[in-house]
Amino acid sequence: MSEKDIIICRCEDISRQEIRQWLEKGYTSFEDLKRQLRVGMGPCQGQTCAELIKREIASFLHTDHESVPIHKQRPLVVGVKLKAIAEAGKDER
Amino acid sequence: MNAEIVIIGSGISGASIAYNLAKAGHPDIVVIDKGYLTAGATGRCGAGVRQQWGTKGNCVLAKLSIEFFGKAKAILEYDGDIEFKQEGYLILATTQEEVALFAKNVKLQNSLGIPSRICDRQAALQIVPHLNPDSFLSATYCPTDGHLNPFKMTDAYFQAAKRLGVRFLFQEQVTEILREGKTITGVRTDKRLIATGKVVDAAGGYAREIGLMLDVDIPVFSENHEILVTEPVDKMQGPMVMSFSKNIYCQQVPHGSFLMGRSDPTVKPGHDISSTWKFLDEMAKTVTEIMPKIGELRVIRQWGGSYNLSPDRQPIISAVPEQPGFYVACGFSGHGFMFAPMTGLLMKEIILDEPKTLDVDDFSLRRFHTIQNKDYEKSVV
Repeated sequence: MSEKDIIICRCEDISRQEIRQWLEKGYTSFEDLKRQLRVGMGPCQGQTCAELIKREIASFLHTDHESVPIHKQRPLVVGVKLKAIAEAGKDER
Repeated sequence: MNAEIVIIGSGISGASIAYNLAKAGHPDIVVIDKGYLTAGATGRCGAGVRQQWGTKGNCVLAKLSIEFFGKAKAILEYDGDIEFKQEGYLILATTQEEVALFAKNVKLQNSLGIPSRICDRQAALQIVPHLNPDSFLSATYCPTDGHLNPFKMTDAYFQAAKRLGVRFLFQEQVTEILREGKTITGVRTDKRLIATGKVVDAAGGYAREIGLMLDVDIPVFSENHEILVTEPVDKMQGPMVMSFSKNIYCQQVPHGSFLMGRSDPTVKPGHDISSTWKFLDEMAKTVTEIMPKIGELRVIRQWGGSYNLSPDRQPIISAVPEQPGFYVACGFSGHGFMFAPMTGLLMKEIILDEPKTLDVDDFSLRRFHTIQNKDYEKSVV
């Protein structure tokens, strides 16, 4: 299977080939890749790609997989409609 | 390590200053950042660019900067896309005071060549049909305001500066600025010593702390401003919609997501940039009141970033009279991204003692001591 057909980030449709190209350019941390490729910024918030990208970084840097930090985990855990948040407090008083 | 100039901070201001100096024949520069490229306020900002301001200084900085953004990809020879869109800012007036203030602002903006105009409710609804007509009285619109990608724009400066010979050091923190008498001799980091005679403070939220290393008390402070992003959807909104009185800015970026933010009047000065439930709740209520349709979109992430605020909410781009060799670019009060092209150009002119494109007294540190009845920028979220 060709590198460009291996999808690493499904939210943004980023292939293994693109990840490797940006690693070659010197963007070798998750935070750097995130800012150039939007990996980890889509609806899944990195739940699909984080581990895969960690492995790509570790293999590129010839380092231990466990020592590669992933991106900052932020709220929310799942997508919630703005309207649902705005109206959530209605019945509480 | 040696350098003619050390720049502290690799957000867009530091990258733009480095590029402008290198382009002018001074590439012997080291840029130091304690994180990665755009780790601070640049990478956290809403990334709108507007010219609708209430002070002459901000208007002119913005206008010239937007002219640069329009040509940036070619000038910087960037092979990526900076995602620049110019579909305007629609600023809502929701009180009679704002109606009067905006009339005055538009007059000032027009006198400086900025094509803003007053829109009645009907005209505003034609520009953004999903506005709740009962949520505002009138609006102002400037079609050449817009948005661009802060990561890509900073990367464009970063790549161009690197090609000219500028060196960047990431994940490295400045711990001390060395002097002999009043002469700067070097910068110490947690990893090395760099001999230099000139230091530029472009440290964003930490600009004041850098100044204190040289006993320079820059009159700025930092506070957390929060923001959120929704899932990407098909295009439904061209301009940024903004209201100072309702405390909101809300824009659909070219990628499809909506970005929106507001400030918290009760936030305490400091370096906390965490996310709060209070922001999420208030933001959701405000946006669904003004644009009910946006209530259907899912929030996928929220975060915070530092505004570095100056006493008059206008930038400080200045030499420091009491400390030769020290230069300051901070206090952007939430607008450092959109002014960055001019920040870089003016700082280059100040450091190289060249004729100035603009009257830099408006942005000097000295203004806080000498000028009475200064303009104060009220058009800030």
